[in-house]
Amino acid sequence: MATAVMTTLDPNSRSAARGMSDLTIRNLFIIPTIIFLIVFNIFPLLYSLGYSFTDFRASSPAPASFVGLQNYRELLNDPFIWSNFAITAKYVIVSVVGQVIVGFGVALLLNRDIPLKGLLTTLLLLPMMLSMAVVGLFWKLLYDPSFGIINYTLGLGSFEWLSNPDMALYAVAITDIWMWSPFVMLLSLAGLSAVPKHLYEAAAIDRAGSFYTFFRITLPLVAPILMIAIIFRTMEAFKTFDLAYILTSQPTTEVISIRLYKMAFQEWQTGRSCALAYIVLIMILAITNIYVKYLNKVKER
Amino acid sequence: MAAVTTSTERSLNKLAIVGVLIVTIIFLAPIYWIASTAFKPRNLATTIPPTVVFQPEISPFVKLFTKRSQLRTAPTPEQYAAAPWWERLVFDGGEKVVRSGRGEVQWSGYPNRFMNSLIVAITSTVLAVGMGTFTAYGFSRFRIKGEQDLLFFILSTRMLPPVVVAIPMFLMYRAVGLNDTHWGLIILYTAFNLSFSVWLMKGFMDEIPKEYEEAALVDGYTRMEAFFKIVLPEAATGIAATAVFCFITAWNEYAFALIMTNRRAQTAPPFIPSQVGSGLPDWTVIAAGTFLFLLPVAIFTFLLRNHLLRGMSFGAIRK
Repeated sequence: MATAVMTTLDPNSRSAARGMSDLTIRNLFIIPTIIFLIVFNIFPLLYSLGYSFTDFRASSPAPASFVGLQNYRELLNDPFIWSNFAITAKYVIVSVVGQVIVGFGVALLLNRDIPLKGLLTTLLLLPMMLSMAVVGLFWKLLYDPSFGIINYTLGLGSFEWLSNPDMALYAVAITDIWMWSPFVMLLSLAGLSAVPKHLYEAAAIDRAGSFYTFFRITLPLVAPILMIAIIFRTMEAFKTFDLAYILTSQPTTEVISIRLYKMAFQEWQTGRSCALAYIVLIMILAITNIYVKYLNKVKER
Repeated sequence: MAAVTTSTERSLNKLAIVGVLIVTIIFLAPIYWIASTAFKPRNLATTIPPTVVFQPEISPFVKLFTKRSQLRTAPTPEQYAAAPWWERLVFDGGEKVVRSGRGEVQWSGYPNRFMNSLIVAITSTVLAVGMGTFTAYGFSRFRIKGEQDLLFFILSTRMLPPVVVAIPMFLMYRAVGLNDTHWGLIILYTAFNLSFSVWLMKGFMDEIPKEYEEAALVDGYTRMEAFFKIVLPEAATGIAATAVFCFITAWNEYAFALIMTNRRAQTAPPFIPSQVGSGLPDWTVIAAGTFLFLLPVAIFTFLLRNHLLRGMSFGAIRK
C-alpha cells in the first residue's frame, strides 16, 4: 500500500525552491494516516483471522489450538446462525423499505412551496443526529404497554410491543425508521432540487399527467441519489446492534451483530466468534464495494 | 386549462403543508417527550392518560447528579429546615441524599460518565480532524498512483461493523492494558473518524482553487507555508463542520464503549441504559440524563444545518 504512494509527482505543481519538496510533503501528509489505519484496523483483523482457525477462549488460560476450518464449517452448518441472518435480513428489508417510503414521501412534500422550509427540514433531521443507544432506551417508555404514549395515542390498550416475540422486531424497525427516514429525506431533497425545472414545464405543456411526470421525470433523475441512500442504509441496518440490543432481549430480534457480541463477550467463544466476524465482514465489504462504485458514479455527474 | 392546473396546484400545496406539519409533529414527539419528562415530578412520568400540562420541576436533575437512598423515616422538621433547597426536593421524593462520614454529598455516576464522554469525544475529534486535514490536502493536490484504491481502503475501514473490530481490539487492549482507559477509546474513535474526516475534508479541499497556493508559491512561499497560511484559513469552515460531525459520532458511539469500558473510562451511552435495571426505573431521572446528553448534539445540528447533506454523504453530494 505504501509503495503506491511513492510515485512520481504531478509535473504541473511548482515545487518551491526552498523548503520541503512536494514529494516529501505529500508522503508526510498521507503516510501517517495510512499507517494509523493499518495498525488499528487492518492489523487487528489479521490478528482475529488467525484466531478464527483456533478454539481459543479469552476467558480461559488454556492456549489456543489450531482447528483448521472447523469453526467456519460449524458456523455455516448451524441453523441458529442462519436464523440470525434471516432475522437480520427481515430487519434490513422492513427498516430500509420503511425509511425509503417515509423519507422519500416527506421529501416530495417538502419539495413544494412550504413556508419555513429550512427550519422544518432541520427539525426533521434532528432524530438521525442523536445517539441511537440513548434515544432508543427512551423508546422503551414510549412503547410501554401500560403507560406508553404510543398505545395511548393509537388507542391500542395494553398492546405488547417489545415483549411480544412477533412484534419486537417491527418495534425496533419502527424506531429505526423514525431515526433514519430523515437521512433518506435529506438525500432525496438534494436529488429533487437538482431536477431541472424546464423538464416539468415541458411536461406540463405536453399535458403529461402527474403520474407520468413522476415516473418518467422525477424518479429516474432522483434514482441515483436515492440508490446511495438505500445502499448506505442497507449497510448500516445490516450492522445494527445498539437499538435491538437495548430495546429488547427477544430471541426474535437477535440480529447477527448481537449474536456475534454474545458469542464473543458473553459465551467467550473467541475463536468461533472471530470466524463469524469474518463471515460478516466479507458480506459488509461486498456491500461497501457496491456503495463506493455508486458514490463515484454520482460524483461524476 | 392553465387556471385549473394552478388551482389544483394550490390546493395540493396546502395539503403538502398540512402533511409536513403532521410529520414534523410526529417526528419531534419522542424528543419532546424526553424533554418534558426530564422536568416532571416522578408520579406524573408514567400516568394514564399521559400528563402534558404540569408544573415543571428541577428535581430530576438534582437526583441525576446525587447518590440517593430510600428514606426509612421521614426527616424531622429541623433536618428538613436545615437542608438546602435541592436536598429538600430529594426529601420530597421520599429519598435522601447519601453523604460521606464528613457530611460531603456523594455524586452519582453520571457526572463522571459525562466528563469521560467529553474527554474521549474532544480528543479523538482533534486527532481525527488534524490528521484528516493533512491527508485530504495530500489527496486533493498531489497525483497519487492508485488514488481511488487508497480512498476506497480508507473508507472501508469506516464501514467495518464495530463488534467485528471490537473482538480483536479487546484482546489486544487486554494484552497492553488499554481496556477501560480513555486512550483505548480515543484510539478507536480516532481510527473510526479518520476515514470520514479524510473523505469530507477532501471535498472541501477540492473546492479551494489551486491558483491561491500557486500564486503564493510564485511569491516565494514554501509549500508548507502556503498550506498553513493560505489553504488552512480557506478551509476553516470545512474543518469546523468536519470536527462537529466527528464529535457527534464519537459522542453517540455505543458498541465500542460497551465492550471496551466498564467503570473508569465508561462514557454516557453505555451508562445511561444500565440505569434501567429491574423493577420500576425512575424515568424522570433517565430523561434528565438523556436530555443533558442530547442537548449538545441538538445545538450542533442547528449550527451544522447547511452541511448536513455533505457530511451524511461523506462529501459525495454537495449542492
